[in-house]
Amino acid sequence: MGNIGTYEDRCKDFSWSLSEQELGYKPGDAINIGWHCSDRICNMGKGSKMALLWENHEGKTKQYTFDNVRVLSNTIARFLETLGIRQGQRVCLFLDRVPELYIGFLGILKLGAVAQPLFSAFGDESLFTRLNNADTTAIITQRKHLAKVRKIRDQLPNLKHIILVDAGDGPLKEREVPFDMEKEEPVEKFDGYPTLAETPSVLHYTSGTTGQPKGAQHVHYSLISQYLTTKWVLDLQDDDIYWCNADPGWVTGTSYGIIGPWANGVTQAVLDAGFSSEKWYAFISKYKISIWYSAPTAIRLLMKDGKELVKQFDLSCLRHLASVGEPLNAEAVIWSREAFNMPFHDTFWQTETGCIMISNYPGMEVKPGSMGKPFPGITATIVDPVKYEPITMLGAAGLIALKPNWPSLIRTYHNNPTGYASKFKNGWYLTGDRASIDKDGYFWFQGRDDDVINTGGHLVGPFEIESALLEHPAVAESAAVAKPDPVNMEVVKAFVTLKPGFMPSDDLDLEIMNFIRKRLSPLAMPQEIAFVDSLPKTRSGKIVRRILRAQEFNEPVGDISSIMND
Amino acid sequence: MDELTKSVLEYVRREYIEEDDDRELTETTPLISGGIVDSFSMVSLKRFLEKKNGITIPDADASPEAFDTVKSIVALVHRFKK
Repeated sequence: MGNIGTYEDRCKDFSWSLSEQELGYKPGDAINIGWHCSDRICNMGKGSKMALLWENHEGKTKQYTFDNVRVLSNTIARFLETLGIRQGQRVCLFLDRVPELYIGFLGILKLGAVAQPLFSAFGDESLFTRLNNADTTAIITQRKHLAKVRKIRDQLPNLKHIILVDAGDGPLKEREVPFDMEKEEPVEKFDGYPTLAETPSVLHYTSGTTGQPKGAQHVHYSLISQYLTTKWVLDLQDDDIYWCNADPGWVTGTSYGIIGPWANGVTQAVLDAGFSSEKWYAFISKYKISIWYSAPTAIRLLMKDGKELVKQFDLSCLRHLASVGEPLNAEAVIWSREAFNMPFHDTFWQTETGCIMISNYPGMEVKPGSMGKPFPGITATIVDPVKYEPITMLGAAGLIALKPNWPSLIRTYHNNPTGYASKFKNGWYLTGDRASIDKDGYFWFQGRDDDVINTGGHLVGPFEIESALLEHPAVAESAAVAKPDPVNMEVVKAFVTLKPGFMPSDDLDLEIMNFIRKRLSPLAMPQEIAFVDSLPKTRSGKIVRRILRAQEFNEPVGDISSIMND
Repeated sequence: MDELTKSVLEYVRREYIEEDDDRELTETTPLISGGIVDSFSMVSLKRFLEKKNGITIPDADASPEAFDTVKSIVALVHRFKK
């Protein structure tokens, strides 16, 4: 039987104190995620147990025990401390999926600083937006990403330290300092900062419909729900080998790619390489992965390569599969049952929630296409968009709403309390998604309630893309909307009007695509650009994205009475 | 080295590899599985190949495997040039 036992029994009289007790935490105690993910596991006698099994695309491998992780995270913490970094300051991790990313994350937390992991494929403009908003003090990165940092450093006077984990003998510029994790004098004992439940821990940037991405501020108490959801939803047990596909630049990669598995004292494997069905299956077989947390976009790519390929590998080690990032379509669930003899279990949550909210559980019936049921202790419902009151009519769709009472809910958006307050209506936290609930209490995703684009399981905000498009010399006006895609669910489509003297062409199309890809990220890159004469606007001049989006999805455009006709 | 291979190598180096990244890029360097070109960026690479060679590559043929090396990309282009 899985860790969760019977879902219905767990829901009765649930209390997060159960998780607190298992972690040895009492309200008022100091609590530090970095310590709980390393020192505490060693104190339980598991210091010699493997924590991290790492491999890159060249086949290079590294392995770290929990004691290695404890000592190396101490070492990083001490190094940052000697640079003058203090509690509460933001330290960005801008790295590929190298061991320094995972271990550095814990080191930053042990110091009491705030970890700000960012996806290493971000372009300089995306990087600047997030570092500037967070007023980041230091960035830990690699030589291959240094050009992007150097491009923006002069606009970030408070960015005091640019720390290179692979500096080698090459020249360094002002504010740049080398740090070799393997060669630095190891620190056996480090007295971490006595962080408390409400001490800021991790700052994740997430996109919304309006404005630039927002810094979602997590606290150390988030550990309480991240630990227990890992144990009950992903069913991690002591002898499992776990693989989470997500990059720690995104919240899945920290909540369930570092905190969850290591707080549970479980070994995890990490592959620092791009997608390849064959290489992924070989990785699972080599490391005997038993629990696999993946994403719908990746699963659909695996489906494309077919079930016959799966049979060429011994994947009998697998015992539980889960998925995150976007709704897992029914076809993918059915396919995985046939390909792996078990279904991927869809899980629903977001950056702001910090942990899984609605899910399918081990031992519970999986309805293909359904998000599942609320995690024990989570009060979830759907509300109407006017009064924000629960909708009770079966089959009706409404806004997914959660009672804001779980440990890992973010405490604010950094420097944006107004934006944070707008997430709460009538005592509910609104996720920005729509769903319906069936007679058995299963939730069924219906779509986003706003203009945010969910591409490959990552949310991309249209404003950031449109602002970047306007920086291209040819673009006069821009709109970015979602376009349906069979693999990524949605991709970005841009509508642009051109300045006088510029004409639409294939060359310009490709130039703009690459312009956005390098400035922002591959995710934000429009996969299609439509050159138009005008964009639909309200009488006040605001671009009405929903009309463009509705056309892409073959949906009714709704009320157009306020739309200005050119 | 033929002109097509050379042009694809130059394009990949110019568009997908950072200035300070001095890694070697050859016809057989893994691009997708090596993390140099991700699945989203493949779209712009596909657009470049189509435009430069006056071809259309069906989406079904634009797989991560077909785009994983410059060598496999050139083979793909030749297939649709005929």
